[in-house]
Order: sequence, then structure tokens, then C-alpha cells
Amino acid sequence: MAEVIFDHVTRIYPGNDTPSVDDLNLDIKDGEFLVLVGPSGCGKSTTLRMLAGLEEVNKGRILIGGTDVTTMQPKDRDIAMVFQNYALYPHMTVADNMGFALKIAGTPKDEIRKRVEKAAEILDLTEFLDRKPKALSGGQRQRVAMGRAIVREPKVFLMDEPLSNLDAKLRVQTRTQIAALQRQLGVTTLYVTHDQTEALTMGDRIAVIKLGILQQVGAPTELYDRPANVFVAGFIGSPSMNINTHPVVNGKAQIGEDTLELPKDAVAKLTPEDKNEIVVGFRPEDATLAGPDEANAFSLKVMNVEDLGSDGYIYGNIITDEASANSAHDAMMSDQNKLTTIRVSPRALPNVGDVVKIKVNPAKMHLFSPSTELRLN
Amino acid sequence: MDPRALKATSVRAEDPASQSQEPSALKITASGSDPKMFSLPWETPLSAWPQDLLVKLPRGISRHVVRFVRVGDDVYAMKEITRNVAEREYEILRQLQKLNLPTVQPIAVVTGRHDTDGEPLEAMLVTRHLRFSLPYRALFSRTLRPDTAERLIDALAVLMVRLHLAGFYWGDVSLSNVLFLRDADAFSAFLVDAETGDLQVNLTDGQREYDIDLARTNIIGELMDLSSGELLPMEVDEIEIGNRLVDRYHSLWSALTDTDKFTPNEMWKIEQRVNHLNDMGFDVDELEMNATEDGKRVMVRPRVVDAGYASRKLLRLTGLDVQENQARRLLNDLDAYRASTWREGDDIEIVATDWMREVFEPTVRMIPREYRTRIEPAQFFHEILDHRWFLAEKAGHDVSMGEAIHSYIKNVLPQYQLDRKTLDELNEEADSGIVDERSTYYDAPQSDDADDDSAESSYRAPGVDEDGYNAEDDPDAAVWSH
Repeated sequence: MAEVIFDHVTRIYPGNDTPSVDDLNLDIKDGEFLVLVGPSGCGKSTTLRMLAGLEEVNKGRILIGGTDVTTMQPKDRDIAMVFQNYALYPHMTVADNMGFALKIAGTPKDEIRKRVEKAAEILDLTEFLDRKPKALSGGQRQRVAMGRAIVREPKVFLMDEPLSNLDAKLRVQTRTQIAALQRQLGVTTLYVTHDQTEALTMGDRIAVIKLGILQQVGAPTELYDRPANVFVAGFIGSPSMNINTHPVVNGKAQIGEDTLELPKDAVAKLTPEDKNEIVVGFRPEDATLAGPDEANAFSLKVMNVEDLGSDGYIYGNIITDEASANSAHDAMMSDQNKLTTIRVSPRALPNVGDVVKIKVNPAKMHLFSPSTELRLN
Repeated sequence: MDPRALKATSVRAEDPASQSQEPSALKITASGSDPKMFSLPWETPLSAWPQDLLVKLPRGISRHVVRFVRVGDDVYAMKEITRNVAEREYEILRQLQKLNLPTVQPIAVVTGRHDTDGEPLEAMLVTRHLRFSLPYRALFSRTLRPDTAERLIDALAVLMVRLHLAGFYWGDVSLSNVLFLRDADAFSAFLVDAETGDLQVNLTDGQREYDIDLARTNIIGELMDLSSGELLPMEVDEIEIGNRLVDRYHSLWSALTDTDKFTPNEMWKIEQRVNHLNDMGFDVDELEMNATEDGKRVMVRPRVVDAGYASRKLLRLTGLDVQENQARRLLNDLDAYRASTWREGDDIEIVATDWMREVFEPTVRMIPREYRTRIEPAQFFHEILDHRWFLAEKAGHDVSMGEAIHSYIKNVLPQYQLDRKTLDELNEEADSGIVDERSTYYDAPQSDDADDDSAESSYRAPGVDEDGYNAEDDPDAAVWSH
């Protein structure tokens, strides 16, 4: 058990000018499940590999349980890379399959058996300990592989996209198992993924990283409810947040002929660099259909509707002075390209081609500065 | 947990930046173009492909379904894996091939597979089967010299050093992820599984050390498994062999990369170092020489290009493309031929042509037809030379080449036949632990009565445990799992 600290850690690959990980400060608390998430090439795997000792640290320090491991060899760090390609050996019993690495390390037999039995109990494999892997189902075989990492009782578990090789069904199942197991064991864990759903469902806390720079760290709900910047707002959540830039006129967002009231203190934070514009974000579930003459609502031309039984989704274009809203971030942020997504009752779905009014729950509006992309409210 | 998070559907489970879209129809990305590839039953899961397409060759253990398939004149290894892994591994293998590293040759990635009901099937990675190669379990399944394990380890150490010199981090080194070719008295190792690998400009010490430590652990585990199945000679110490890899790797790495310090009048030592590297089979591209600050000493560091010094020399002289140790043996025989025919003054190129015509070719033409797919000509030649020496020692006088060939074919060569039963056993085991293929799982619980008849005979064959269970016979025994 141990706390992990990244202290001003920078990694610059030879021949590169820009760091792959830039001045990273991150604490993983003792026993915590921290998920590092970001798009490909963001530096998340580099971060994990630095902790594993596979990448050099150019600046800063890494501490595990108070010990500086920055220059320590991987095998001396007392970490386990879980879900690497573990082999189960056909001639060995389940117990031997789980304990053989301890045998190599010269651990006494009694101690090996004790640890193996403890792990087997957690993994629900006790009755299979003296059998061969052939007697196991697919899921049990996977748990034996997990058991191999558990019996080593490392200070930290590292998992780098462990589910990426699995098909969709097995992925969801294994995701739940890993999260439950980690909580039961209480071993400090760093988990790397590009999949924000994995991050939201598994982590105690999530660290979002982009182009080598840490964007925000927090509990899943914090990141979902109060994203610190436009990137986090668009990256976390599925379907993703609607994000558009609008002119600010008399303290209100001007959307075509309509206006949207904005909180005064947020507008007050705008600077000349923002050129009288504001980035307005809202999640599909935080908007509702409004009456035709209702104030503080905007018009949406319906391009597509989906009825999922429990939910209905409207996909449309916001009507502005131009053809649609100025949407610099849309291509990157929205699942439905530039379309705005609204979640409504499936019983109240409009027809494709209709123009409907949409109002946004003011308490759930996310406002950002166009120039800094930082949160304003 | 946030209830919304639980409800979230993973619409972006795939990373759009690094992955292409799943094609809706069958798509074959291939380095060559063999139209026969299109006629294969891609709509059928690989585990159910018709027997008449398959070639019976020993397979290594994999956690994926793997089959050998005849396509035209070639035999291809087909592996069913998820699309992004298949595409990535294909690219990495192509890059390693361009660097002339010993790996299997990638042929194609097949994506967009659907069964006849339109249900999607996993992608396939297609590689060319490495002729004459054997997985390590096939080498242990036959009576072999007790030092087989050591010779396999030495080959693996050379492979790892070569891959590391080229900047390849493997991430999953094990005997199972390698194929072995006989190379005179040694083996040559070829990488077959690059799923976890990564090609970089330079590896960090941490990456190399991690690969070494993982290799050690995996090798010991693989040998302990053979030992549990009574397939390993008693005198073999698994941990000692695992440690041997670490030692062999480090001594080879330091011989290839260390900086020597000489005084200016010791420059002959440079030549000694280069000769030593050539003896180990490595070519030196250039020497990096720096004077120390006081100017009294010279620091020399060779830039090693790659292994294959002898094999490149033989290729240049004879056109024969063989393994390094085989090449050394053949070059020695060429030298002996040159001396015995009093032609030391002639150009080596001309002598080589005559040696090919008069010595090598007549010998390898003697390989009986049924063994031509089992033994490489250069290996046959090497073993004939060994056998001739053995016969001469026994007889107390020289033995003719013809006599040696006949004796060898009669007495030694039959050992090369891998009998059908052994082959079937190996392949059943190789088919085992496929995590995402339900048909391989243990399903119905067996009745307890089954065990009652087991104590009839006190004799147990190697690999058979007290329940009469033999993992080698069992398709579900070995598991490659995450």
C-alpha cells in the first residue's frame, strides 16, 4: 500500500522540442483507483511508463510510498503491470499458476500457499486451487491471471488499456470486475484509458490529460458537473456536451433572434480578448422543449430524432443569424458532428424538419471564455 | 457513483485518432496480391474452417485461435484477433521486416468479416509460415539433448539483443512468442508475436531491463510447466536457465555496446574487438572514436549494425541464404575445400562456385523426398559433416562423404519425422486457452464416477497426472489470458 506522487515530472523524447508530459503534478492516494484519460498521444501512457520505470524522467521526481523511485529499475519498484499477456500453464495447478512468481523469488512455501489461498478467496477460486486450468471457465481463467498479480502484493497496480484487446461484451464485464476487485484489495492503482466511459465508471478520481498537460483531476461527478475547461467539458460525458460560441449582447447570449440570460458574475469575467463572445455548453439532459413564445429559449431546426424507449433524442441545428451557430469546437466535441443533441421524453419527440424552442436549465449551464477556454461560472 | 455515468453508453470506446473505422464489407490489406486470398471462407470463424484447407504443422500455444492454411504454394499462419490489434501488429511486423530483423513475415490484415447471418467476426492477421521452424514445445516433445533448453535460451538472448539494438521494445518476451530454427548446433530465434511491442528510436535501460525481467519470469514459468508435465529432463534447473538468459543478454549487450579505452599505441586492440564481434556474428558499421580530455587515451565504441556477418558473407559468395551458425560451418568447409585442393591462391569467389557444384549441391540432392519439408539443406549439410566426423572417429580413419550421407539418412534422419500422434497432441494443446472462444471452455461438470476407474494401472506416461489427465491431449488445457 502506498501513495504515488508525480512531482513536477517532465518527459521530453529525444529529438522532440515539446514535452510529451509537461510539469505533471499528481498525487494518487493510498488505495485509490485513479484513471488517467485522454485522447491518443496525450501522454497518458508515457506517464504510466514513467511510473513503471520504462521511460526516463527528464525533470522532476516520482515517489512511491515516500521513496524516490525516479531512477530505480522497474523490478525494484514493487509495482505490478496487471493484464499484460499472462499465460496460464496447462500442466500446473491453479495454485501453482498463481504462485509461481513467488516461488522464483524464493518465498517460503507456507507463505506462498497462504497468499495464494487469500487471493483465491477474493477471486472465488478456492475450490479450484488444486485443479488444472482446463477445469475452469473463461472468466475463471481470467481471474487466475489476475491472481498472479495479486499474490505478489505490490505497492501499486498499473493497467495500460487493459480492455482494449477484448471484444465489447467481455470489456463491460471485465471493467466491472476490475473495479470491484480493486476496491476489495485496496491497492493503489493507476489505470490508463482513452475511453471516458471506462474512466467515469471505474475511477475514484479521474485525471484528464491533453498534449502532455494535466487538464483537471477530480471525482467522476466533479468532472461531469463542473468541467474546468472546454476540453474536459467536451471529452467527459456521452453523448457529449453541446458547446457553442455566441455573441454577448447586453449581458445575454445572442442566439439568432433569441437571447439566453447569463449569470452576471460569469459575464463580468470576460476580457477584451474574448471579443464579446462566450462559450455556452450544456448537456443533452439539461435542456427541455419550451413553448413557442417562451423567453430565454432558442430555436432548433430538427434534423433527426431517436426513440430509445426510455429516452428520446433530438438532433438539430441551432438557428442563428447565419446558417448555424459559430461552432469552432463542434467538429471535435459532438458525437453527431455539428448537431446539437437534446434529451427529451420519447413521448414528446417533434418531427424532423420542425423548428422547436429549447431552454437550458440555467443551473446546469457551463460557461467558458473563448480566449482561455477556462470555466467562467 | 454518478448514476448518469452508469447509464452512459460508450459511443467513443474506440480512439478515433488512432483507429480506422470498421469496414462494413470484407477488406484485405495485403503486402502482396494473391487473388486466392479472396476465395478463403472468411465468413466462417477460423476454428471452424474446413480441414482440407488446413496444413498440419506444430503450432505454439496462443490465447487466440491460430491455424495454418495453404494458399497457393504458400502456407500462411492465420490468427483471429481484434481489429485494432491486428492492424497494429501488421504494421509493426512490416517495420521490423524493413529493418531485416528475424520475425515472421506479415502478409495481410483481414477486417470487416461477417458470418452468413451478418454478425461481425474478429479480424485476422495473416503471416507467412516460417519453413522448418518449431515452437519450443515441439522441441521438448521429442527426445532431445538435455542442453536443449540452454540452446534455446542462447538463441532468445541473441534475438532480444538484436531487437533492442534496433529500438524494439517487446513487452511480452517468452519462449511461446518465438519460433526456433535449427542453426548448426545451435538455434536461431524468430519473433512471432509483436502484439505488445513498440518500435522506438532508442530504448531506455528501464525498457530493456523490463523485457529481460519479464523474459526470465516467463521462461522459468514455461519450464516449470514442462517440468510439471514431466516433459523436462530431471537435471534441468528452471531458475538457473532463466538466470542464464539474463547473463547471456548482458554479456552480449556489453560486448556490443561498451566503450573501450586504449592508449594510442594499443590500437591493435580495436581490431581484436572487431574480430571478436565478427566471431559472434555481428557486423560493425563504424567505430566511434574519441580522445579523453588529457589526450592520453582513445575511447572506442563500435556501432554494431546487426547480426549475420557469416551469413551475409556466404550469401555473397554462394547465393545461399542460411542461418548464422550454418553459414559459419559452411564457410569453414569451403575453407577446408580450398586448402585440400591446393587453391589458396585462387579467388575465393571462384573456389566457392566450384565448392557449390562439387560438394554442397551433390550432398543436399541426397535428401530423401519425404524429408524435404522437414530439414533445411544447410542444416542437412551441417549434420552430414558432424556425422562424418563421428563415423571417422569410431572407425579410426577418414570416411567418404558418400558413406557418411548413407549412414546419416539411415540412422539419424528418421528422428526428424514428427509422428502424427505427437503433432496432434501439440496442436490440441495449442488450441487450448482461447479466452473469447466459448467452445474451448470447460462446460458440463463431469460426474464423480469418472475418477473411480483411474487407479487400474500404476504406470503413468509422461505428462499424465494421477487422474489419467494429460494436458498435452487436452484442447482446453493451456490458457493465454489477460
